Amino acid sequence: MKFIFERDTWQEIYGAIRKNKIRTIITVIGVTWGVFLFVVLLGMAKGLDNSFRSQFNDFATNTMFLWGQQTSMPNNGFKRGRGMQLTLDDVEALESQVNDIEYIAPRNVTGQWGTPPGQFVRGSKSGAFKVFGDYPTIDKVSKKKMFDGGRFINEEDIKYERKVCVIGEDIYKQFYDKEEEAIGDFVKINGIYFKVIGVYKPTQQGFEGDDSIFLPFTTFQSIFNQGRNISWMVITAKADKNIVNTEAKIKTTLKRMHDVHPDDDQAFGSFNLGEEVAKVNGFLSGMRLITYIVGIATLIAGVIAIGNVLLITVKERTREIGVRRALGATPAEIRGQIMLESIMLTFIAGLIGFVFGTIVLWGVNSAIGNSDDVPILNPTVDFFAVVGALLSIVLLGTIIGLIPAQKAVSIKPIEALREE
Amino acid sequence: MIEIKDLHKSYQMGSNSLHVLKGINFSVKEGELVAIMGSSGSGKSTLLNILGMLDEADTGSYFLDEVPIKGLNETKAAQYRNKFLGFVFQSFNLINYKSALENVALPLYYQRKKRKERTEKAMEYLGKVSLAEWATHLPSELSGGQKQRVAIARALAADPKVLLADEPTGALDSKTSYEVMDIIQGINDEGKTILVVTHEEDIANMCKRIVHLKDGVIVEDKPVEQVRASQYV
Repeated sequence: MKFIFERDTWQEIYGAIRKNKIRTIITVIGVTWGVFLFVVLLGMAKGLDNSFRSQFNDFATNTMFLWGQQTSMPNNGFKRGRGMQLTLDDVEALESQVNDIEYIAPRNVTGQWGTPPGQFVRGSKSGAFKVFGDYPTIDKVSKKKMFDGGRFINEEDIKYERKVCVIGEDIYKQFYDKEEEAIGDFVKINGIYFKVIGVYKPTQQGFEGDDSIFLPFTTFQSIFNQGRNISWMVITAKADKNIVNTEAKIKTTLKRMHDVHPDDDQAFGSFNLGEEVAKVNGFLSGMRLITYIVGIATLIAGVIAIGNVLLITVKERTREIGVRRALGATPAEIRGQIMLESIMLTFIAGLIGFVFGTIVLWGVNSAIGNSDDVPILNPTVDFFAVVGALLSIVLLGTIIGLIPAQKAVSIKPIEALREE
Repeated sequence: MIEIKDLHKSYQMGSNSLHVLKGINFSVKEGELVAIMGSSGSGKSTLLNILGMLDEADTGSYFLDEVPIKGLNETKAAQYRNKFLGFVFQSFNLINYKSALENVALPLYYQRKKRKERTEKAMEYLGKVSLAEWATHLPSELSGGQKQRVAIARALAADPKVLLADEPTGALDSKTSYEVMDIIQGINDEGKTILVVTHEEDIANMCKRIVHLKDGVIVEDKPVEQVRASQYV
């Protein structure tokens, strides 16, 4: 193996590669293309992956939504079909009894599910919008991004039932001129003056849209006469808890408190983000697997091309190999040279393919930027995947190089020299 | 230098066996210049291939410089070829993508000589065949005679004990043939043992001894009055 580290060996190989330009180029193209596709495919898959993840980014993924429905079984003397109304009492009870819970945020809304929307008036303009009553906790579960200078509802607003509101970007656009300052401005909601404290940035989340109004929970309570009733609650489990288990615990607790039959699945409705995320994750890892399979298959095709070309050139170089052997090259030296040529070619081709692939990914990235139209975000390739791919093509190059090398050695020098 | 006793060789051609060498007894002393003559099919190339360790005899013994050449594996054979023998072929067999100098240096590369030493030696031998100024040229840029002179320089570069030339003038016109023979005679004058396979009478007469082969046996082995090639050049 010593000869690998000798400068002369590499000079011989360099000479052979450099002076057989066409075959070198053809050989290199196969593997370059393979590695190029591998890198681009992997990068695109990663970009798609990133894009999907960013959709969930604003949400804590082990989050569930819970609301009251109607019972479907009689229990304890109650008839079936009894409506379930969640209240702040339930929230407090869950908070103290189920210790899997990290955050719990009761929410109220009007303008959704048949309830009348709030009347928003500024100056001579007016409009009807959904109005939410929220605790600041909701910001921890589902982050609201605010435009500069604004803020979301805080504890003080809750405590003093402040008449403040956060509005969506669409509302801002409808009621304010460009560059006009909304924050600190006073608007009327259902006939009561509110101070605008923030404008939130567009989101892609559920039913909130970009045209909703957020009020402090307590303020909402008194204005819309909600008492202790709530529309639904958003619950985030602790990081180490499984949201599905937590969901079951919470429902059991609620059923006990509301005299609901333990087997009644209709009394409380819920939606679990964890399951959705798991589905998307499953899809993404399936896609990643396909990418790897396709990428690796392409690589193998490229390497086989190298083996093929080398095999042909060994035939072409039969005479040269015969001369070398007549001059005293041992079979090991011939074999070593052919194999090193194969390894060199695959390695260089791999590097070129990698560089081109990276350039294309970089180009794609700067072309789409942060556009929401293309579901690709920050396409990158894992460093270890690339190093692994390079190592494996070098390994494959070695193995595939064995065939022509063996072929070269198996021809007797005398036959090689006779060949015309 | 070369001792051959009762050498037999046959080739398998399908179901037929072709007996090419039928008991060759032959010896060459150091410094001889021997022509091996014979028509095609006489076995002269086979004999040369066996002498060159490119092929192996079925039976019989072969000693080269008192070393028995028998049952060598490819690696050993390659090392012996490199150490003991220099080859000159009819079709030159230069490596077409290497310059004249690189071609001459190749046997030294397989002797693991250092690069500097290789280049110096190769230059020296190119000078001997008066091609020093053609050192950087590729074979395709050389004439036939020049190619064969490069091949001779290459065969000599490793300082072999015996030079084996298989029809060295076969692809050349007579004038160039004589130039090449002149060089071969010059090398022989310096004491190198040389075997030349040829079927040309005039080339054979430029050697010191002619061995005639016919149907796998030596029919004649006689010393000749050497004709100097220089008188024709």
